[in-house]
Amino acid sequence: MAQIIYDKKRCKGCHYCVDACPKKIITVSGELNDKGYEVVEFDEAQCIGCGSCYTICPDYAITIIKED
Amino acid sequence: MATKEFKAPEMLRTGDPTGFCPGCGHGTVGRLGFEVLDEMGLLEKSISVYDVACDSLYMWAIDTDCVGTAHGRAIATAAGVKRVRKDCPVWAYVGDGASYSIGFQHTVWSAVRNENITVVIINNGVFGMTGGQMAPTTLIGQKTTSSPAGRRADVNGYPMDITKILTGQDIAYLARGSIDTVANINKTKKYIRKAFEKQMNNEGFSLVEVLAPCPTNWGLSPHDSLERIRNEVMEVFPIGEYIERGVK
Ligand SMILES: Cc1ncc(C[n+]2csc(CCOP(=O)(O)OP(=O)(O)O)c2C)c(N)n1
Ligand code: SF4
Ligand SMILES: [Mg+2]
Repeated sequence: MAQIIYDKKRCKGCHYCVDACPKKIITVSGELNDKGYEVVEFDEAQCIGCGSCYTICPDYAITIIKED
Repeated sequence: MATKEFKAPEMLRTGDPTGFCPGCGHGTVGRLGFEVLDEMGLLEKSISVYDVACDSLYMWAIDTDCVGTAHGRAIATAAGVKRVRKDCPVWAYVGDGASYSIGFQHTVWSAVRNENITVVIINNGVFGMTGGQMAPTTLIGQKTTSSPAGRRADVNGYPMDITKILTGQDIAYLARGSIDTVANINKTKKYIRKAFEKQMNNEGFSLVEVLAPCPTNWGLSPHDSLERIRNEVMEVFPIGEYIERGVK
């Protein structure tokens, strides 16, 4: 079980996380944030809490809390 | 219940968003440095020394003690700061244009003097802030705003490799990392951690160069920029540890 905290306003739409997620549960959403960047969405229920998206994100937009 | 958190240091998460372009490597490389300082309990005491280039955008995004220096002078300034504040972890966080062209003498002489500082150099292969001109690290054939037909070895020389230039120097640590994959980001963080540990043990000069994307000036998407690092840049600039005093 993992909790995903996604701060959309920090996202710049690079979508590195989409490629980095080993479970492929991050997708481009079609939604724009206030700056006009296309943000992503997560299928939180499938998240394994590996932190790959956190690690690859250049903008500190993602926090992952993994509970075992 | 045990929990594991993947969470950036608070000042990064709560400060203003950085001014870096989408997909820029500065956001990640800088974070690695701040994460390491935070994990070592040194963030409060740390002094970051920035160059005037894109790395200086951190000065507006985060709240640590820092010095903004003239172009190419960050490493020399960091050496001076460390000499008068020996108890503080001091790092120069600098671009490749600054460190290998206009400020090259400071890079080399700070190493020769074995100044007890940590230097992190972002190798993005261009002068990013000024619009993507050719840097010492630009690859052969790479088109930039000042080499529109591509870099030519017969005119511009070959890309400069700091690991060759500092070969044999009696410094504490020299490594090159990359941020093209999660695994390489984690490896790069270990290099940066070692670099700071050596400084705190008063072992002298530690330098970590990091291969990082500048999608804006490469004219590539963020995704394709990481591919380019994997397929082209790492061929010319291999990653790994090059000098570790007492080890090899
Ligand atoms: C003395 C001086 N010369 C030139 C400049 C212009 N200048 C500012 S940033 C920069 C290039 C920076 O490139 P690099 O160090 O590679 O950093 P990047 O932006 O790519 O991270 C230049 C040439 C300046 N500000 N001062
Ligand atoms: S110009 Fe390049 S180095 Fe500068 S912020 Fe943009 S992507 Fe980063
Ligand atoms: Mg550069």
